[in-house]
Amino acid sequence: MALGKAFMQLRPIVAALGRHKVATALIVLQVALTLAVASNALFIVATRIVHLSRPTSTDEAHLFVVRNGWKLGQNAAQIDANIRADLETLRHVAGVRDAFSSQGFPLGGFKDDIILRLKLKPDQKAHGQLVTYFASDEHAIDTLGVSLVAGRNFRPDEITASGPNSKMSPASIIVTRSLADQLFPDGSALGKTVYLPDGPAAIIGILSSLQGPLKQSERLDRYTVLVPTHYLDPAGVVYLVRTDSTAMKPVIAAALKALQERGGVRILDPRKGIVSMAQVRESAYAEDRSVALLMSILSGLLLLATAGGIVGLSSFWVSQRRKQIGIRRSLGATTGDILGYFHAENFLIVSGGIALGALLAFVANLSLMHVYELPRMPLYVPVLGALLLWALGQLAVWGPARYAAKVPPVVAIRTE
Amino acid sequence: MWGYYVVLAWRSSARSKALTALVIVLLGFGVSACMVSYAVFRATTSDPLPGKSSRLYVPLIDNVGPSYNYLGEPNDTLSYIDAMALWRAHKASRQTLLYPTQWQVESDNPSVPAMTETGDAVTADFFSMFDLPFRFGSGWTANDDAQHATVAVISQHLNEALFGGKNSVGQEIRLDGQLFRIGGVLEDWNPRPRFFDVGDDVRPFDDVGDIYIPFTRATDMKKDSTFSTCPTDSQAFDESKWDAYLHSECDRIVAWVELATPADVDRYREYLRHYAVEQQRLGRFSWPPNIRLRNLPDWLAYMQVTPRASSLSMLVSASFLLIVLVNVVGLMLARFMRRAPEIGVRRALGASRAAIYRQFLIEAVTMGFVGGLLGVALTLLGVWGAGGLFEPDIARLVHADTSLIALTVLLAIAATVVSALYPTWRAAQTQPAWQIKIN
Repeated sequence: MALGKAFMQLRPIVAALGRHKVATALIVLQVALTLAVASNALFIVATRIVHLSRPTSTDEAHLFVVRNGWKLGQNAAQIDANIRADLETLRHVAGVRDAFSSQGFPLGGFKDDIILRLKLKPDQKAHGQLVTYFASDEHAIDTLGVSLVAGRNFRPDEITASGPNSKMSPASIIVTRSLADQLFPDGSALGKTVYLPDGPAAIIGILSSLQGPLKQSERLDRYTVLVPTHYLDPAGVVYLVRTDSTAMKPVIAAALKALQERGGVRILDPRKGIVSMAQVRESAYAEDRSVALLMSILSGLLLLATAGGIVGLSSFWVSQRRKQIGIRRSLGATTGDILGYFHAENFLIVSGGIALGALLAFVANLSLMHVYELPRMPLYVPVLGALLLWALGQLAVWGPARYAAKVPPVVAIRTE
Repeated sequence: MWGYYVVLAWRSSARSKALTALVIVLLGFGVSACMVSYAVFRATTSDPLPGKSSRLYVPLIDNVGPSYNYLGEPNDTLSYIDAMALWRAHKASRQTLLYPTQWQVESDNPSVPAMTETGDAVTADFFSMFDLPFRFGSGWTANDDAQHATVAVISQHLNEALFGGKNSVGQEIRLDGQLFRIGGVLEDWNPRPRFFDVGDDVRPFDDVGDIYIPFTRATDMKKDSTFSTCPTDSQAFDESKWDAYLHSECDRIVAWVELATPADVDRYREYLRHYAVEQQRLGRFSWPPNIRLRNLPDWLAYMQVTPRASSLSMLVSASFLLIVLVNVVGLMLARFMRRAPEIGVRRALGASRAAIYRQFLIEAVTMGFVGGLLGVALTLLGVWGAGGLFEPDIARLVHADTSLIALTVLLAIAATVVSALYPTWRAAQTQPAWQIKIN
């Protein structure tokens, strides 16, 4: 019944719009462009936020990173001794829970020596599985704060030494669950042997999750391997340190001071050399955050502008039609009828805009996919955008419609 | 006439305050969003060597073939073999080979601790090709390149740290333990984007390094590039097998050539093709010649140095302005149509259609101007807050100047006039007799 009544109302609305073709077309166009731009922008925001809020799965709030350079002219044995002494020192700094040495750190970015290829057979012709790795020792799991879901941790006697100019052939490795499932989809990874470029290694443990040094890809970032080795790079070493409390400043200062007491062997920039994991995250995702923020602000402005435009034009229409409204009122239309008329009219116009806008949104998405490596926009994004615009339109027309409903019937017979 | 029409515009605005305010606020936001994005966009797409960039070319030769290259494009750098071949052939008026690297720096000044500094290994023409400004001394000569000289050019910043800013030409510093004579000290030189050695590890808006030494000497010292791409793991950098690494297919050297005329460019391209054909004939390449020769602007476009945040926000704010314009057309239409009786009276009293056009376009200009002023305020606010919106290394490039402010006002006026065209035309069509009669 109510539906039939609403449908009966549509004919005069369409007829009335026919006499304001340009104004109607302008609102339709505006709604269409808004839907196309806002749904793409908000889709970008959503993908960026999903991207930048991925956890590294480490205890980020308690971790800091020391990027320590070595003075030239030290051989591998000297560097090994330095690292052992430094780790001993760091682990005894007040407030430090644990520490280990590596060649990279989560979100640290690309370097030549963070990538490995793992093969399932020694004579495998195809490229091995691309993974990233961290040089580790028996303290790595506790320092990172990651959880071992199967198998065991490294034993101190398993820790080898390697470097940019020497082979890395550990007897055992620990991998993440995602990598284990990728290599052995039947779930039998624990205890299996895989082949590093320089030799075989047994998988002795599986971590629930751990992000590698990269942040670009959803998959590769999670294919992380812990290799039990002290990485003796004459250029430098990375120390990862986990603190007891989140108040890291005093611990960082104490760690720096302790390291500088043996300063002759190292080059350590007191400002850039030590960063907390929170700072690492902030700079790694700076661009994503910036894109998300900009797109949100612009989408917000866009929706406000469209709402403002609808309010403006609707008020104008109401003022133009005072006389007709008066006539309808004197012929028995209730204030509710007048309100309903303007809301229905707005719904109709916005719907036209949404139909056109959904088309534009997908066209825009297709071209953005080429330029910005965006994924295809799922259908629910423009659907949500459409709901938002319908709601926005109804809200925007509410004020003018209420003003129209207040027009007294007597206007019909009054000349202004 | 101007003054009278501005007064009319003012009066009509006073009568429909809400509508006027809406138009001006919309214009202000639309224009300022565009201008803030533009301020960032122009900073990130500026030409680092105006007037010269179209004569500087980057040659690339595919030395890894279709099974290792990415989507058929040669790697972004050259192998040592190919770089040296181009260097020896000397087919361009000026040419340089370079790669970014880093050194441990020590001086005789005991109060300055040893530090790690970045820079580039370059050849003599580097300084003249890229117009590097010298504070003291100069670059080195082709002869120094040939002699593998231990000469260095350092930045003013490093000169400040090591020598207190004094003329240090002739002084010595130790790079990785090797003594170098300082041949020149640069003035501030920080091209944006850092075009000459941009790569995996060198981001386009990083500061440039502090030390330049001869390419030949750096090679003698077994200095690797901060980025190198090897087709297989086994060829990767290993200091103990330096010679094998040097003559492997690892790509790590950037070459620049200066080619003055299109004929020179064609000749150089032909030379590159010929070289690749020759390598194919010798059996080193098992694929047809795959070479590129891009000038600096094309190179920057290919390397996608413009940050995504910058181009995306330009695109979306331009769309925002377009939507604002559609909006303003509607609101102007409402504003002008409401004044049909006034137009009728003016026409009846003898105003021509042209006068009506003038009146309403001047009204549009006035509103555009006011919208522009609001836009300037919001643009300044946006530029001031750029640090919170963009990445730090991009935000610091953004600044407002008179041209940006002038452009903001002009854009606002132009946008309003364009959106007022159709409403003005409708207003001018008003039939005077009908308007007067109706009431």
